[in-house]
Amino acid sequence: MSGGLPRRIIKETQRLQAEPVPGIVAIPDDSNARYFHVDVAGPKESPYEGGVFKLELFLPEEYPMSAPKVRFMTKIYHPNIDKLGRICLDILKDKWSPALQIRTVLLSIQALLSAPNPDDPLANDVAEQWKVNEAQAIEIAKQWTKRYAPSQPMPS
Amino acid sequence: MNSEDDLFYNDDDSAHEMDDDDDDFVEMGIEPEPTSTNEKTDVEVFLYEVLTTEQIVQHMVDCIKEVNTVVQIPATTTRILLNHFKWDKEKLMDCYYDGDQEKLFLEAHVISPFKKTPNAKKRTTRATSAAVAASVQQEVTCEICYLALPATLMTGLECGHKFCIQCWTEYLTTKIMDEGMGQVGTISCAAHNCDILVDDATVMKLVKDPKVKLKYQHLITNSFVECNRLLRWCPMPDCGHVVKVQFFDSKPVSCNCGHIFCFACGENWHDPVRCMWLKRWIKKCDDDSETSNWIAANTKECPKCHSTIEKDGGCNHMVCKKCRFDFCWVCLGPWEPHGSSWYNCNRYDEDEAKKARDSQEKSRSALQRYLFYCNRYMNHMQSLKFESKLYASIRLKMEEMQQHNMSWIEVQFLKKAVDVLCQCRQTLMYTYVFAFYLRKNNQSIIFEENQKDLENSTEHLSEYLERDITSDMLVDIKQKVQDKYRYCESRRKVLLDHVHEGYERELWDYLDSA
Repeated sequence: MSGGLPRRIIKETQRLQAEPVPGIVAIPDDSNARYFHVDVAGPKESPYEGGVFKLELFLPEEYPMSAPKVRFMTKIYHPNIDKLGRICLDILKDKWSPALQIRTVLLSIQALLSAPNPDDPLANDVAEQWKVNEAQAIEIAKQWTKRYAPSQPMPS
Repeated sequence: MNSEDDLFYNDDDSAHEMDDDDDDFVEMGIEPEPTSTNEKTDVEVFLYEVLTTEQIVQHMVDCIKEVNTVVQIPATTTRILLNHFKWDKEKLMDCYYDGDQEKLFLEAHVISPFKKTPNAKKRTTRATSAAVAASVQQEVTCEICYLALPATLMTGLECGHKFCIQCWTEYLTTKIMDEGMGQVGTISCAAHNCDILVDDATVMKLVKDPKVKLKYQHLITNSFVECNRLLRWCPMPDCGHVVKVQFFDSKPVSCNCGHIFCFACGENWHDPVRCMWLKRWIKKCDDDSETSNWIAANTKECPKCHSTIEKDGGCNHMVCKKCRFDFCWVCLGPWEPHGSSWYNCNRYDEDEAKKARDSQEKSRSALQRYLFYCNRYMNHMQSLKFESKLYASIRLKMEEMQQHNMSWIEVQFLKKAVDVLCQCRQTLMYTYVFAFYLRKNNQSIIFEENQKDLENSTEHLSEYLERDITSDMLVDIKQKVQDKYRYCESRRKVLLDHVHEGYERELWDYLDSA
């Protein structure tokens, strides 16, 4: 499997561009077809609504036998995402299946934004806040969304 | 799925090759080396045997066969079921015959073999009746590699998720080689959210690389040993032996490689301390919890920004380097009320200050206590490490003595003395772990007396063995060494018996906070 891009990756990339998922944009890097620049729109009725979050997604050599590596580049206040942007999501770890795709992974991440799970935390302080005072946690998440993930570029 | 010939289920004729080993139980008492007969007779007998890797595989195959003579399902499914029940045959049988079989298969993540045949048939008949000719050319897209391939190149488990053979092979290889099949010793279907397990026969059929096959066999053998309560790998590096006992207990077992360990926890044999406390002790020693203990005892925190500060000189007027807060090192209160008395603290008796000092005092004494026990424990451990060196030097001495008109049998007492010395050191080492968690009561005072006595006599014995041997004193030395090691042996026995009696009569109280 040296050099050439597996057919699976080519197909997935084509399909992602031909039939994009609503609220998700994934564009391969010009110099590396395994590296994707991803924009995920904050889901409606979530504290992240109105924000656009930048992520990076990398397909390792073993893909699709191993899971893609995904990370938030935009700062986000979420109990399952830590300050380095690492995501706690089962399908990115032990529940990965080669039958999953970039598309399904990004959809799962979008779903995670709609349904934070403070009982399986990655960012302990955030999860704590979420459990102690959910209303306040949601308020902070909204503020962070406004501050770090504006949908239009900030006026300089 | 009948091509089981690759794995180890097929060797019917060799199945009984190892059976003669079954009677080969080694008799072991409390003693790591049961050299003295008087001790051996009055301790209970703990039966165990040491198995090689091949014998373990055979043992696993025998377990599967035993179940299969009763339960008529494929051997490869039986292994998954047994694995699910942690290799408890009786429990499997009970559930199989008394419980809900469907539920059992569901929980073990396999499709019931009784459901398989009709289902599979239905599927094939449907396919053939649809279009025999077309099905050969009919192309299906593999969900993993996205290649459109003839249906004949697709395969899968009874759950019905089909992928191409090449993807399956790659998937299994990744699971085996990169992920080591997790801790459970199983691989599930490649489809998302499908937990049906891949059986051994299918793995062996799909994986071609002998290296991967071998690793797979290692992994399932390992999971067999790991989840079987009556088996334990010898913890010695590169020793492939397994100890098999008849019932689970904390008892010393001796591997063929010579290593003696506790069957229950796998640590070196640690009488008199119990596995649970030893485990806590080792964790305590490994953790850097003692580092924080040191910090607590030797530093103070800035009362304002809580930076940790170690004072290495100067007056009591502290200015925190970080937040510039002025405070008094003695009472930890703000500096201002101290006024102009720059070098004295006259607020020493205030409650706040007292509290802060008490908490420092407490953690300092806890550290002292830990260090006391730890130093003695480490000391004996260190001495034990020189064991082989000591044996070598004693061997030289024994040769020397034989040149001074002593017979071979007459000089054996020296080796025996080293044996006893090592046993005593090992026991002493673990008495400090025991003592560390022990709450003081009348019995613990007796224990400490016994410990002191054994410690003194052990050091004397060690001293004797270090001495130079001159020919004119040979007989005298022999007498002294023999007296000393016999005394050590008896003191060791007294100490252990006392602790064991305490366990039986529940005389020991433990410090939970330690």
